[in-house]
Amino acid sequence: MLDLKPDFGGFFKDETFVGDFTFANSPSAVRRFPFPFDRDQYMYSVNIEPHVPTRPGSVLEHAFDIDEHYVSEMRDRARVLARDPLRCQSLPHMELAGWDLVELIMESLSRDYPQWFTLERSGNDWHWVNKPLGIDQRFTFLDPSTLPYGPMEYITRQMQGDFTLQDERDGNLWVDAGMVTTQADWSLDFDIGMNFFEWHAPVPLAHEKGIFDRALKFLLKLQHGAPVRRFNWTMTVNPLLDTAPETYPEWGPSKTTLTQANLGAKQHLRVELQSLFRLPRSNAIAFSIRAYLGSFQDLVTVPKWGRRLHRVVRDLHPDLAAYKGFLRNRDAMVEWLSKYDDGAPTSPGIWPED
Amino acid sequence: MSFPPSIKSRPVYGVLSPRPGQAHLIIADGEGAGAVADLFASGPGIAERAHVLYTPGPNGTDDWAVIAGLGAAQAQRAASVPTLLFRLARVLLDAKAGTQCYLAGSEGLIGQAERDLMAQGVPHQDIQKEHRGSTVRRVQCVHCKGVTENVRTDPFQCSHCGLHLFVRDHYSRRLAAFQGVCIDAEEPGNIPPPVEKFA
Ligand code: HEM
Repeated sequence: MLDLKPDFGGFFKDETFVGDFTFANSPSAVRRFPFPFDRDQYMYSVNIEPHVPTRPGSVLEHAFDIDEHYVSEMRDRARVLARDPLRCQSLPHMELAGWDLVELIMESLSRDYPQWFTLERSGNDWHWVNKPLGIDQRFTFLDPSTLPYGPMEYITRQMQGDFTLQDERDGNLWVDAGMVTTQADWSLDFDIGMNFFEWHAPVPLAHEKGIFDRALKFLLKLQHGAPVRRFNWTMTVNPLLDTAPETYPEWGPSKTTLTQANLGAKQHLRVELQSLFRLPRSNAIAFSIRAYLGSFQDLVTVPKWGRRLHRVVRDLHPDLAAYKGFLRNRDAMVEWLSKYDDGAPTSPGIWPED
Repeated sequence: MSFPPSIKSRPVYGVLSPRPGQAHLIIADGEGAGAVADLFASGPGIAERAHVLYTPGPNGTDDWAVIAGLGAAQAQRAASVPTLLFRLARVLLDAKAGTQCYLAGSEGLIGQAERDLMAQGVPHQDIQKEHRGSTVRRVQCVHCKGVTENVRTDPFQCSHCGLHLFVRDHYSRRLAAFQGVCIDAEEPGNIPPPVEKFA
């Protein structure tokens, strides 16, 4: 077993994403929140750009962002997996891709966060230290008997955000493995084994607009060493990371609890920073889906975001609001947000002060 | 019959047509017997290399007499879909590469046979599917993971956990099932009356 002996230190927060919901963003986490709207309206598009490091201090500074919620999120993932091991699955042919992912993550984290993670490699003898989670592991790369879990599960129990691994065959991508505990209401257990068009089947409007045809063409050309990224977003009541279809009867009722008095604290914009990496040995594509939660009351402390969020939510196509599951609360959100929109123009781009 | 346009995970069906092959493996239930008869009529060489596995449909239609009269080299009637799938597993142990597979009848039977064929590595281009007869659905409850066979209404009650589920068009070939999701999760007890959508 992977025994978590977490060391919260001075940086990581000890908080919950379920039950008493003690999760909160510090003021600096609010400033670096990945606000996803670069203009006052939103519609699906092939919004893919090179995943190059940019803006020190932002969520885009490194290949993978480790933030103040890291340790508590990993504890939440362990809780979800203990309840439902089907949240992590890997079809037998995906083990090599799992090792590719181990390498990608360990190299990135030890390079970008040497104060927390170290990796020593001597041939296939690897030594990995994860200080925040209290893990010190020596293992043989490509030998699964030397790790307490399969390679994908081992490393993604130590990584914020969900991961899926796509095999490439027949000119398509197949979601043949994944660790999915912080998803916006989709089931890995149901979708595993599907191709790009099948798993995206429930999405409205985007198929007709040709978005998935173009996105797939783009991804099939993805090169090792040249990752790409995009943002996706939805809405979540309470800072619940694990909005799984499996447990929908448990969290669904929270959607009927919003009032104008509690909406600012309870309603969260949920943003996914998605990045895609071609893997060198398996030729699979790793998909990282990193979810950030920001309460409305925190987001409107940035005047540009308050204005823009109001306009986007107000004018969103009803099919998208229904698909994202907040049609029921849209009017209440717009009413609450309208207090933060004085009608002034907003500057282009997602950054708070630009 | 043909189904209305739907989302991209929902299976689509064609019309069985004879393809050259060393062997022809044919799996059908209920009204699918008619599709098999049409296949034999359009491919006179098929019968002597055909192995047919048949079971009555979910609506009770039993056209075994049609199958028995086709003169197939081998034909067996199974008592139920699960029994048919056991036979299929045995047949697949000896199946030669390039065997042409033809599936006909209800979606539940076609989906499960296709799942088992794919699991044995039969390439999808060697599998043809024709829907005939019942449109009842095989649905997996996303909550308890139990599969309810022969779902006729939307919503319906999960035969395992008892939740009231709405029936999505989202379909998993690996599970050979549509997805069912709790319909009153947000307002427990607010369950619309079931509508007979699949017959
Ligand atoms: C290759 C890795 C990818 C995986 C595994 C993946 C997976 C998913 C899943 C599971 C959903 C939810 C579908 C449902 O409702 O059940 C989804 C939604 C969506 N995906 Fe992807 N996706 C990938 C890449 C992309 C790319 C490259 C695009 C670029 C256009 C894209 C665009 C979308 C859009 C627009 C939605 C709807 C999101 C919303 O409105 O909340 N996806 N994706």
